[in-house]
Amino acid sequence: MIRVGVFVCWCGSNIGGIVDVPRVAKEAARFPYVAHSMDYKYTCSEPGQKMIIEAIKKYKLNRVVIASCSPRLHEPTFRKTIARAGLNPYLLEMVNIREQCSWVHAKEPDQATAKAIDLVRMAVAKAIHLKPLYEGSIPVTKKALVIGGGIAGIQAALDIADAGYRVILVEREPTIGGKMVMLDKTFPTLDCSACISTPKMVAVAQHPNIELLTYAEVTGVTGFIGNFSVTVRQKARYVDHSKCTGCGTCWGKCPQKVPSEFDLNMGTRKAIYIPFPQAVPNKPCIDAASCRRITEQKCGVCAKVCPVGAINYEDRDKILQLEVGAIVIATGYDLFDWTTAYGEYGYGKFPDVITGLQFERMVNASGPTGGKIVRPSDGKEPKNVVFIKCVGSRDEAKGKAYCSRVCCLYTAKHAHQVLEKIPGSQAFVFYMDVRAPGKAYEEFYQRTVDEGARYIRGRVSKICRQGDKLLVKGADTLLGTQVEIEADLVVLATAMIPSRNSRQLAQVVGFSTDKDGFFQEAHPKLRPVEAGTAGIFLAGSCQGPKDIPDTVAQGGAAAVKVCALFAKQEIATDPMIAEVNEALCTGCLNCREVCPYKAIKRKTIPDKARGQAAERTVARVNSSLCQGCGCCASSCRSGAINLNGFTDEQIMSAVKASLQHQRLLTNRQ
Amino acid sequence: MKYAYFPGCCDHTSAKEYDISTRAVCKNLGIELIDIPDWSCCGSTPGHSTSHLLGVALSARNLALVEEMGLDCTASCAACYQRLALANMEMKNDMKLCEKINCITGKPYHGGVKVKSIVEVVAELGPEQITARVLKPLENLKMAVYYGCLMVRPKEIQVDDPENPQIIDKLMRTVGGEVVDWSYKTECCGGGLAISNEDIVLRLTNKILKEAVDAGVNCIVTACPLCHFNLDMRQKKINKIFGTNYHLPVFYFTQLIGLATGLKPGELSLETHFVDTREVIKLIA
Repeated sequence: MIRVGVFVCWCGSNIGGIVDVPRVAKEAARFPYVAHSMDYKYTCSEPGQKMIIEAIKKYKLNRVVIASCSPRLHEPTFRKTIARAGLNPYLLEMVNIREQCSWVHAKEPDQATAKAIDLVRMAVAKAIHLKPLYEGSIPVTKKALVIGGGIAGIQAALDIADAGYRVILVEREPTIGGKMVMLDKTFPTLDCSACISTPKMVAVAQHPNIELLTYAEVTGVTGFIGNFSVTVRQKARYVDHSKCTGCGTCWGKCPQKVPSEFDLNMGTRKAIYIPFPQAVPNKPCIDAASCRRITEQKCGVCAKVCPVGAINYEDRDKILQLEVGAIVIATGYDLFDWTTAYGEYGYGKFPDVITGLQFERMVNASGPTGGKIVRPSDGKEPKNVVFIKCVGSRDEAKGKAYCSRVCCLYTAKHAHQVLEKIPGSQAFVFYMDVRAPGKAYEEFYQRTVDEGARYIRGRVSKICRQGDKLLVKGADTLLGTQVEIEADLVVLATAMIPSRNSRQLAQVVGFSTDKDGFFQEAHPKLRPVEAGTAGIFLAGSCQGPKDIPDTVAQGGAAAVKVCALFAKQEIATDPMIAEVNEALCTGCLNCREVCPYKAIKRKTIPDKARGQAAERTVARVNSSLCQGCGCCASSCRSGAINLNGFTDEQIMSAVKASLQHQRLLTNRQ
Repeated sequence: MKYAYFPGCCDHTSAKEYDISTRAVCKNLGIELIDIPDWSCCGSTPGHSTSHLLGVALSARNLALVEEMGLDCTASCAACYQRLALANMEMKNDMKLCEKINCITGKPYHGGVKVKSIVEVVAELGPEQITARVLKPLENLKMAVYYGCLMVRPKEIQVDDPENPQIIDKLMRTVGGEVVDWSYKTECCGGGLAISNEDIVLRLTNKILKEAVDAGVNCIVTACPLCHFNLDMRQKKINKIFGTNYHLPVFYFTQLIGLATGLKPGELSLETHFVDTREVIKLIA
């Protein structure tokens, strides 16, 4: 005998202030199979839960309907509650009368109450057909993959490794360190970026639990939480690192100079190179496109001078296959290419208009100018330096709508560095707003202002060449005047955008990106380091622009999530997933096409056709991959797929309950 | 190729050279221009700055006339082009406005016309077709191409990139001229403020002339009657007020294409400029 209990929640005044909650409970008591119905102020509270448990026992309830907030918020809470009363946790049906009723119908309370009653009527009709469901379990491979070796990936890898789990760190560049190691000093403390990041890089290289794969890219990911299978392409280095001692003779003698990516093309490197002296690993690779031995069969100097015979021109890319239980994505950011969008700043044709990151390399003691701030055009020291903020950020017409969060502070730092390093210099900062909401950030900005940086609130409309200088024209919107500044150097604070190829990576790994291409977290507030796909975690600016403290914090948070997963021997799987009725399945595999999680596979089963043994194709759902979205069920032409917890029978009962009641009302009129 | 041609008021008065050279060059290049019968003034800045409806209505009436001709429309004057193109866009995108305007003009326009600048019409011929007609490449002419504001703004009707347009640069290179890269291609000359605030126009125009001279050119090329008017006629006054000594001929791009394709200076009205053009024309071998 089915006995349904209905509990209608006030949610304080959230629901109770609009919907007539006692009336909903009273009406619900008259629905078929309802053995008990009541209302309560805060059903989710401890006394509220106790009340449910007592009611289940007292009235011998075996289905529970709770009309309250969104199931996203409290479904797990109430499942545990009814389990405590001895019921299968999946014999619960939640009705959202807050987000989907009281909040949206705040101005029509009578209709809101009528709608709430209807919603409860449907839920009761559905609840009658609920079946107990049981969680399965899958084993966990206790090894993590971290993609990206910037500070976010480094932090995540170190934290997971320190907890005692194995980590594979994959980095596509020849060294780890990412963008942070390119910076000079870090705001607001002005401590040296390299001094605080290179020790972490070394720690990664030396950690017994970390396997480092640099100059490698993830090309494929299959599997599911706890059981991922990852394909990595190790790019050919042409240097055998097991023999190489990193002595440096090869790159000392290599005759081929090319622009250095690490110095953002402001300096040069050799064709065989380490990106910078503190690179990890501190052993070189050959850039095949620039090497004359590889492209033209000439030269070969490095092989001749190498004392240990580590050079191998015949090296080829290798494909590696890795098995991991969790993946942390920390692919970082790139800078918005302003040269294609900002014609008013010269489309990149003025050498003395540079980006903030180029300024970082220039002001860095190990950078191309040895830390001297100079004009790229003639190497002279600039006197007037103009900084332009929000180039590509907060500019929907040309760039991105969002704020890149770090530019206000690093521009304040740059202005400070100009004033500090160049006697008699002037720093002008064009800004829209100064956003400094971090610990000691506002103070840092004020300090730069006090040092004499001239902050001008307005946009720059044009940069023109004027002799060997640049004429910067803009508006001072506070004074309401136009301003023109003769500048020696212009530094643009360009927007942070997702790292190049990050969209492809999202496709390969199988999770989603937001409108700007940043990786989408599972919940913007409560699950900020989890991707929508179970077992995949996000860290750092691949998820959205952020500064170093936030990036490091997220790296650590992602590591904790991985460790929490690895602490279990087995993980439970959600039973609310799709199930194929093989007797009905025609094997069209339409479901496979629409499945966003690649959870459906072809399966061949024996079949007796006209008395003869034969085989036929049916669809099979991988219960670990299925996320219970229901796409397959709704696309199935033969009705062979059902989503547990949302079966056709359950949904049709709910719909019928609503329609029959509507007809009743119409007939009465 | 056949277009309904909107000459506009300037082309009948201060910018006669533009009209004459446009007609001559188009004839030479095989572009047939047919005058719009009974066309009326586009209203220019005074029109649309007085009333939005007036601005759109004046152009919509002309577009309705073009629609009756069954042709697409071109204008040589940059301001006329901008007014026609903007009105066309608004009439096509805003049904309510379209209804209202059609009621005002009593000459319904249904949005069946494309509006192109004469620059686009000529450029669409393609470099091969133009090169084939070049008899006298414009050697020794070093020019600053000046686009002004109207052809490249706003975005919806821009003929080319508003910060570094290339369309006329490419045409001038096709006919053998040397084009410099300079920063003032689309800086405003002050336009119609010449009437109410001449001092502003003199200041802005002076900057453009100075930049052109600093870029080492021997002439300026334009495609806008008002730009031409400010740059050419006001040079003398600018010299007087700012103590400069400019003597920089300002050509319409059509005049230079005409010269290169073998038309005589007289056929292109090159003798009606304020700044003498003869010295520079002599440079062409």
